[in-house]
Amino acid sequence: MNYLMRRATHAMLLLIGASALCFLFSDLAPGSFFDEMKLNPQITPATVAVLRSQYGLDRPLPLRYVRWAKSVLQGEWGYSFAYNVPVRRLLSERAWNTLILTMTATALAWLIAVPLGMWAASHTDGRVDRFSRGATSFLLCVPELVLVLGLLCIAIRTHALPPGGMRSAGFEQFGLWAKLRDVAVHLVVPAGTLVLAGLPMLVRHVRASLVEVLKAPFMQAARGHGISQSRLRLRYALPAAAKPLISLFGLSVGTLLSGSLLVEVVTGWPGLGPLLLEAAMSRDLYVVVGVVLSSTIFMVAGNLLADFMLVAVDPRIRLG
Amino acid sequence: MTRIASAPKTVTASIIFVLLHLAIGFAGFVAPYDPSAQNRDLPYAPPTRLHFVDASRHLHLRPFVYRWSARPDAFNEYEESREHEYPVHFFVSGEQYKVAGLFSSRTHLFGVGASAQIFLAGTDSYGRDQFSRILYGGQISLTAGVLATAISLCLGLAIGCFSGFYGRWVDESSMRLAELFLILPWLYLLLAVRAFLPLHITPTQTFFLVVAVIGAIGWARPARLVRGIVLSAKTQKYVTASRGFGASDAHILHRHILPHVYGVLLTQAALLVPQYVIAEVTLSFFGLGLGEPKPSWGNLLANLQQYSVLVSYWWMFAPALPLALISLGYLSIANAVHELQSASA
Repeated sequence: MNYLMRRATHAMLLLIGASALCFLFSDLAPGSFFDEMKLNPQITPATVAVLRSQYGLDRPLPLRYVRWAKSVLQGEWGYSFAYNVPVRRLLSERAWNTLILTMTATALAWLIAVPLGMWAASHTDGRVDRFSRGATSFLLCVPELVLVLGLLCIAIRTHALPPGGMRSAGFEQFGLWAKLRDVAVHLVVPAGTLVLAGLPMLVRHVRASLVEVLKAPFMQAARGHGISQSRLRLRYALPAAAKPLISLFGLSVGTLLSGSLLVEVVTGWPGLGPLLLEAAMSRDLYVVVGVVLSSTIFMVAGNLLADFMLVAVDPRIRLG
Repeated sequence: MTRIASAPKTVTASIIFVLLHLAIGFAGFVAPYDPSAQNRDLPYAPPTRLHFVDASRHLHLRPFVYRWSARPDAFNEYEESREHEYPVHFFVSGEQYKVAGLFSSRTHLFGVGASAQIFLAGTDSYGRDQFSRILYGGQISLTAGVLATAISLCLGLAIGCFSGFYGRWVDESSMRLAELFLILPWLYLLLAVRAFLPLHITPTQTFFLVVAVIGAIGWARPARLVRGIVLSAKTQKYVTASRGFGASDAHILHRHILPHVYGVLLTQAALLVPQYVIAEVTLSFFGLGLGEPKPSWGNLLANLQQYSVLVSYWWMFAPALPLALISLGYLSIANAVHELQSASA
């Protein structure tokens, strides 16, 4: 319990640090959202000055940070210049959409990687192993950007899948099942890309850590007791190999989020990615900070989840 | 050493790697055309086909091409006009270009007669030769990747050495900061930092800005690795002995600790370059990197953001091939270096 408490405090500190870092970057930058307004002859400098002071941009950095932190605690997350609404309202739906995409992709990737890696590890140099090694080296070289464009092109040309977005027109009138089906169909290209991009690393690690365990003396002993192959692999080898894989899970959240940003922009999935890009273009400061912070929250949450699982799996951490 | 050198995969990858770098480095020579030369009457022309057998079924030993002529009944569709063959010649004279920005030349590796064109990877919306653009774009993308890697490694080396060697609060604070940089998803961080930098600046400024941003964000991983090595090297007996003889910190770092670091830096470099090339490509794809008319692999691929281009013109995917080959080359070199190190250790 002590261990988990420490990890949670650590996570909180990281979040505070990340947001402070974002603010620091924003302060180093020359210019702001309102600079574009200055170019407009119909807006007087006085109006711009009033707007700046309304949004608190004329205050020194530490004050701004404190103000922003307060508004996060109040659930507003600052104010968007471009939309003129609290950032939280822009974020919440987008964050859900990103979460749907990344969680589906993670679940699918692990569901494919673990059996494939296990099979490859227990039949080294067999047909499946050779195939998966070839496929992973190939996929490792193909950038995500190319993968998603390729899949999108195939989807459009075969007319089998929608060309992007998250929902079809008339989504509101659908029944529950039709709604789920609709989102699932739209998920195929973005989630498929993320799975394909994430698989090589996962399969390689699953295989490597299982190959290691399968060679261990206790496996030899268990085999000597006449325990069946499937039980041997599932009950004996997998838990022993799980530890590095759980850490990998925590680490892979970041790569997954970065990949998901790209995929969302290309396929028009209404997640955090397009919002960040748009905010970056118009220099909507608090939206940028909000998006980066939400992605950091996902990341930290993923790592915490990994810590929880480690505690559940490894008694040494639990007791020590 | 022999075991690795004889691995056929590594050899193939290294050959591709070297050829690709030569082609990109001498883009002016290899590319048949200037990257910004337009053929307004040939937008989205498909790749030119190389022929050996002509219309009257004669075999030619020298490959030849036909002209593309626009089909009168369809928009942006072409057919080969078969009345005249244009043989492909090597070392032909063409438009002037500069090698390494120093001396100029007119000789191109290959080309066809002036009244026809050879487009190995088709043309884009202005009728510019994609093959030439990919080679010139490679110069930008690859230079960006290598420079950004250099920045990352220098920062990582300096911070890692400093924090590993001097320890205490320097170590504590810089490693906490590294943790912060590692936990932020890199693309989010990249976009956020880019967001706060000015958008409307000259292409050269943009290039160096993008390179600096990509490089500066990636310092944390190399710094951690370097720190670990410095920490373990610091406790070696020969370091203590050297200190006993009155050696200065600089001498110890330079003579006894840094040699351990170089191998790891080399592997890191081979891993980082493709990653940063992709980072540049991503930024340019989003329109936050280098823009038109300068070609980079990112803004070449950005053409595919248009629905009609994505669906109709498959050759616009061409920049993906060198991009994948670059990743393949650097990754296999990283593997080879890693194997060499573990073999010698």
